[in-house]
Amino acid sequence: MSLTNAFFAVIRRDLILAFRRRAEVANPVFFFILIVTLFPLGIGAQPKLLQAMAPGVIWVSALLAVMLSLDSLFRSDFDDGSLEQMLLSSHPLTVLVFAKIVAHWLVTGLPLLFVAPLLAIFLGLPEQALGTLLLTLVLATPVLSLIGSIGVSLTVGLRRGGMILSLLVLPLYVPVLIFASNAVEMAGNGLAVDAQINILISIFFMSVVLAPLPAAAALKMSIS
Amino acid sequence: MDSSPQQKISLEAKGLSCIRDDRVLFEGLNFKLQNHQVLLLEGKNGCGKTSLLRIICGFREQDAGEFLWCDQLTSDSDFYSQMAYVGHLDGIKKELTVIENLKMSLALSQAGKYSIDQALEKVHLAGYDDSLVQSLSAGQKRRLSLARLLITKKSLWVLDEPFTSIDKQGIKLIESLMHEHVAGGGMIILTSHHDLLLHEADVQTINLSICH
Repeated sequence: MSLTNAFFAVIRRDLILAFRRRAEVANPVFFFILIVTLFPLGIGAQPKLLQAMAPGVIWVSALLAVMLSLDSLFRSDFDDGSLEQMLLSSHPLTVLVFAKIVAHWLVTGLPLLFVAPLLAIFLGLPEQALGTLLLTLVLATPVLSLIGSIGVSLTVGLRRGGMILSLLVLPLYVPVLIFASNAVEMAGNGLAVDAQINILISIFFMSVVLAPLPAAAALKMSIS
Repeated sequence: MDSSPQQKISLEAKGLSCIRDDRVLFEGLNFKLQNHQVLLLEGKNGCGKTSLLRIICGFREQDAGEFLWCDQLTSDSDFYSQMAYVGHLDGIKKELTVIENLKMSLALSQAGKYSIDQALEKVHLAGYDDSLVQSLSAGQKRRLSLARLLITKKSLWVLDEPFTSIDKQGIKLIESLMHEHVAGGGMIILTSHHDLLLHEADVQTINLSICH
């Protein structure tokens, strides 16, 4: 079968799996909602402060939610030998890994896009910043999945890789966090955000091109 | 590439060694496998049978020696699209149905001699098409992973303990499938603690316990 067929077959398979493990998959989104809703309770009735913190709170929660879901990217495939079969496939592993990352984003990143605007209004984020918030989420949540895939593929062979995974991945997430939350904050103040958006676009394209390669190579190492 | 029976294929190992945790599992291992041949690996537990199979699959790097596929280094040839591996891990998703699993395997390689329905019929899993794999028994899962061999077009089967958790009737069935594959010009490398009944096939045996 052709490469495109294999690519979409992997995505379809992962989506079916996600649908059959609904509870597990919904975890990150609930986590995201929980953290954001706990902030007003912790801070108290200070709408000004909440409004000022909203971009940062939403972005930090989104980042943690994606990180929470990363381990599931390759874990079950590694444990049941599906990864070995993918490695032996005549198609390049990089493409199959990319398909898995796309499926991961569809399952964990995409739902955040639907929930985030509601939570933003809840925190009192100015309406003019909503568009920018969505745009940064569209551009940057795929980056989180892509960069995360490198970290997971390095640690999937370890029994307790969770701690190392966050140490590996978090520093790489920091630029995304800085530019994305800064863009939302500036948009809230009615300032131009072209620069930040352009940087996020370039990070997005760079990680699309560069992340699947080392992830595939690291998976080969993890298998041996 | 066409792997018709007429076509000559061979897998040759030259001076293979495997060292694990400072222990030499085997060294200076040579073998040559051609069409219609079966290679049976024997030996005690922990003598490196699975390690050798994983080296053949390219999951592990050998510590010395090389593999030639049709007189070319395996890394330069189309070896990996010609081989199928069934190992200790089934490579089957338990949340997917039997059909969904097989369709996935089919998407990852070229279609073989049998269609999915025919293959299920062959391994006596017909009628389980839409059952989730988690509801199958261990032996049925094993049959399913062997059905994968039938629907894809591979000339070399690498099987690690294919008879685990399979009943007597199933063992006969697998032996007949292996026989059919070998008679059609294929090759098989396997490990087994079970006495093989492949009378007509050309079986080479390597005992890894005495390879160092």
